Amino acid sequence: MYVGAVFFPLLGACISGFLGRWIGPIAARWSTVVCMALAAACGVPAFFDVAFGHNPATVPIAAWIATGGLEVSWALRYDTLSAVMVGMVTFVSFLIHLYSVGYMAHDPTQPRFFAYLSLFTFMMLMLVTADNLVQLFFGWEGVGLASYLLIGYWYERESANAAAIKAFVVNRVGDLFFMLGVALTFWTFGSLEFTAIFGAVDQHLGDRFLGVPALELIAVLLFLGACGKSAQIGLHTWLPDAMEGPTPVSALIHAATMVTAGVFLVARMSPLFEYAPTALAIVTVVGAATAFFAATVGCVQNDIKRVIAYSTCSQLGYMFFAAGVGAYQAAIFHLFTHAFFKALLFLGAGSVIHAMSDEQDIRKMGGIWTRVPVTYAVMWVGSLALAGIPIFAGYYSKDAILEAAFASHSATGMLAFLLGLVAAFLTAFYSWRLLILVFHGAPRADEHVMAHVHESPLVMLVPLLLLAAGAVLTGYLFAPFFIGHAWEEFWAGSIHNAPHNHILHDMHEVPAWVPLAPTVAGFTGIALAYVLYMFAPGVPERLAATFRGFYLFLLNKWYFDELYDAIFVRPALAIARIAFRVGDQRIIDGVPNGAAALAVDAARGAVRIQTGRVASYAFTMIIGLVLFVSLLYLGTTR
Amino acid sequence: MNAAGFPILSLVTFLPLAGALIIALVRGEERVIASNARWTALWSSLIAFGLSLILWFRFDRSSAELQFVERLDWLPDYGVAYAMGVDGLSVLFVLLCTALTPLCVLASWESIEHRVREYMAAFLVLESAMVGFFCATDLLLFFLFFEMVLIPMFLIIGIWGGPRRVYAAFKFFLYTLAGSLLMLLAIIFLWHNAGTTDIPTLIQTGVDPRYQIWLFLAFFAAFAVKVPMWPVHTWLPDAHVEAPTAGSVILAGVLLKLGGYGFVRLSLPLFPHAAAELAPLIFALSVIAIVYTSFVALAQEDMKKLIAYSSVAHMGIVTLGIFTFNHQGLSGAVFQMLAHGVVSSALFLCVGVLYDRVHSRDIARYGGVAKVMPAFAAVFMLFSMANVALPGTANFVGEFLVIVSAMRTNFWLAFGAALGMVLGAAYTLWLYRRVAFGRITREDLKGLLDMSPREHAVFAPLVLLVLWMGVYPQSFLSFFETSVAALVQQHEAAVGAAQRFAETVVR
Repeated sequence: MYVGAVFFPLLGACISGFLGRWIGPIAARWSTVVCMALAAACGVPAFFDVAFGHNPATVPIAAWIATGGLEVSWALRYDTLSAVMVGMVTFVSFLIHLYSVGYMAHDPTQPRFFAYLSLFTFMMLMLVTADNLVQLFFGWEGVGLASYLLIGYWYERESANAAAIKAFVVNRVGDLFFMLGVALTFWTFGSLEFTAIFGAVDQHLGDRFLGVPALELIAVLLFLGACGKSAQIGLHTWLPDAMEGPTPVSALIHAATMVTAGVFLVARMSPLFEYAPTALAIVTVVGAATAFFAATVGCVQNDIKRVIAYSTCSQLGYMFFAAGVGAYQAAIFHLFTHAFFKALLFLGAGSVIHAMSDEQDIRKMGGIWTRVPVTYAVMWVGSLALAGIPIFAGYYSKDAILEAAFASHSATGMLAFLLGLVAAFLTAFYSWRLLILVFHGAPRADEHVMAHVHESPLVMLVPLLLLAAGAVLTGYLFAPFFIGHAWEEFWAGSIHNAPHNHILHDMHEVPAWVPLAPTVAGFTGIALAYVLYMFAPGVPERLAATFRGFYLFLLNKWYFDELYDAIFVRPALAIARIAFRVGDQRIIDGVPNGAAALAVDAARGAVRIQTGRVASYAFTMIIGLVLFVSLLYLGTTR
Repeated sequence: MNAAGFPILSLVTFLPLAGALIIALVRGEERVIASNARWTALWSSLIAFGLSLILWFRFDRSSAELQFVERLDWLPDYGVAYAMGVDGLSVLFVLLCTALTPLCVLASWESIEHRVREYMAAFLVLESAMVGFFCATDLLLFFLFFEMVLIPMFLIIGIWGGPRRVYAAFKFFLYTLAGSLLMLLAIIFLWHNAGTTDIPTLIQTGVDPRYQIWLFLAFFAAFAVKVPMWPVHTWLPDAHVEAPTAGSVILAGVLLKLGGYGFVRLSLPLFPHAAAELAPLIFALSVIAIVYTSFVALAQEDMKKLIAYSSVAHMGIVTLGIFTFNHQGLSGAVFQMLAHGVVSSALFLCVGVLYDRVHSRDIARYGGVAKVMPAFAAVFMLFSMANVALPGTANFVGEFLVIVSAMRTNFWLAFGAALGMVLGAAYTLWLYRRVAFGRITREDLKGLLDMSPREHAVFAPLVLLVLWMGVYPQSFLSFFETSVAALVQQHEAAVGAAQRFAETVVR
């Protein structure tokens, strides 16, 4: 069961990828779906078995690298933390596979698509079940590879290629720090196995490296790695561009796999982060800043997928600052609920795009809610969950995060609370802006498109309905275990809270207005969206015109791309050209070539005296010289 | 006399040479000669490979000693012997040579059309020289093979190369020759001092620390050019660009390793003090190689040049790893050499596949190849990913170990080495994008045929190897585990003794 959950997707990927040409697209795609179903049939029971049956296990597979005391192996570690992830990833990924059968039905290279999709899932599962940092890095880079392949799936499009490379390279910047963190971990702890590291943390509290506590440095380096994968501010630029991939890919990247890896890493390394207060403060601030930044940008985007993409970025910020204040459980809980409603929103958006003949600009939609009732309903459910409206899944997890931030009683925690509250308001606002612009009002698409609007086929609707059920129920059902009274038993030590960390207790003891505040912010945001886009549709444009600079600032995503282009991309290319043309060609090659030219000139002179081939003379001379010197040497010394 | 019961190393070394002789004796029509030469070359290299597999199975991995030893007195008066033997550090390189040569013969099957006989003979001579180099345990023999490699390679570039082949061949020859002359002087000095050229004996005796720096530098000159280290690397891109595909494969796959292997085999154990003292210099050169040449690779418009520069960057990782003197670093460096031998060879073969069809190495000449050549695109993708050291492929293991060991020496050293991860991803993916992705704009590309069965046969073993080395590197690491441990121990003992000595002197 444990092995099957991880390796069935790989099997599916191999069948579809290698045999796709022979077995045909239909067999290929269904083989991956069946393999994913089997994986989910293993993964979901594994989750219940490990988390509720209190039955953690580690399945060793093989040795990997062992040299001079550095030993890592391939193994599957199933504790509650990884079981939560395995259950969620296999289930959501299965639904996404199923949905893709309908969504990609007209694509000419389906075996390739489904192979990538399954590979992606496999890599994520390797990541979450790793029992050492190197296997985690394997999955970590593996999801990077799969996302690169999927974002660039339509490789004839220039923009898709650019986005794919950007995703990989920006992720690599994070991975650089991850790698350094791993190296430092090894020299600090003498091992890369989680069990060994976690057991030895208290012996290394006083270790210092480069003048700072080693644990702090490791935590910061790992967090920088997490920033890349989880698109935190500064390294987030790849995420919105990743929308170039087919929509199911976006759902997979944003919900189940890839971006959640960073949050998972921080939770996994909680025994270490707990003793790195400065690193945790950094995590909190970066998370809070991301939550706020992405929410502001999300309010003005016009591409349906980009709006949702920025909302992911923002929600990941929530997860990070939850981890930053020590409430890792709340972070993972939000990750868990978010997976359902974010997959739902993306697949719903895919359904809309499908209905609108591949149109993604929400300014060209509107007035279609009666034509696509199921999609409309599930988008409502997803948005309600995202906005944190009571009884929906997001309510439980987001509230818990904000309460924890408030209860941390630190300056950074309070900052996170305030920014998180603003972001909650903005989240509700942009979600309903999206709903209203897409589904309500007068149709803005041309007649041809409108005539074609249709509800998606059943194979796409079933996953949507299942995810909608998840978006409603997961919060209510699982809150008692993830963050409620039964948390200690549920997590069973797979996430470590230091003795000084009482956050999971304190978060239930905040003033009465704190739990209410996010809900109020949510409803206010919804109301504002209704006012601006339903009842007074001219206002947003006038606002944009009045505060033009501010609007452009948001629309251009705070100019991060332009900034990076100016300070990294173009200088790098300039350095490359200079290094090649001046460094290599003129300076390094200039010396020997110049010498050669001199020699040739001299040789020309010599040619006048002697006749024959210059090269052979030169070589005879050199060889003769060598022989002469060595003979002389031999002769005098013996 | 040894575990195989017969002089296997000499057999593997000289069997290709015998094949070359047979080819040279073939007479008849032009076409018959060509075909005979191809088949003879293929069979003799395959038999050599099959023989060398005995080494894989019979090698005792738990021992750091030289194995399969052969010894014949050659110039007994001068303490020079014909001595062959392999230990964990060299045995896999022998296998790398014997495995790559048949693939090279196959890769040249159709692309070499004139002077096939001479070409195949040159390749077999080259194989003999390379295998001999890795087996030699006598300094003079080592030097002879080291130089012997030069000649067939010089011919392969100079005769079957591209338009600027003469320039490239001479540049290659002169750079390497200049280095090896200094090495010869150092060898003569060593022989003069110890009265023998037997490498294990020399290591046992040790070298007076006073001379170590100069001797080290003399060897360094030879090996650094071969690696190649910055700033003596510029012969490599030129040589690669002009060499025929199989020439590039051997150049990247094996010849570059001569330098790295030389460091491990000779420089480290013979001159531990000098190595320790000059390590910072080598670190600096290695990091420059990694960062600087990665940038240079980014500016390339020629596929082969790009991969050549990427080789320089990857070999920077190797030299860095060797001179950290710790177990992970040395293991990582040796593994990285083997991995690079597989991956860069495969990348040059990929370029060869395209070049055979379109006759251009210009990146801009391509675009959208993935559409018409899906199998090729998949193979090319795999090796591109291996080139960026994706975990699960061969290169990762080496780079990972080296970065880990660099961290022990210095944080910024590790940072510099890890920068290669980002830059490597940038230039490799950009290359891939420009060649394989995008829309096909040129008419002639639309008709390209995907890989032929012969090309599949060339790539299949490399694909298997690169994944095997990535997923279960233990099969390879275990070969040199004890040898590396012994090397590290010996180095620490030597340097430690010198430190203690210095301390007592100061007191």
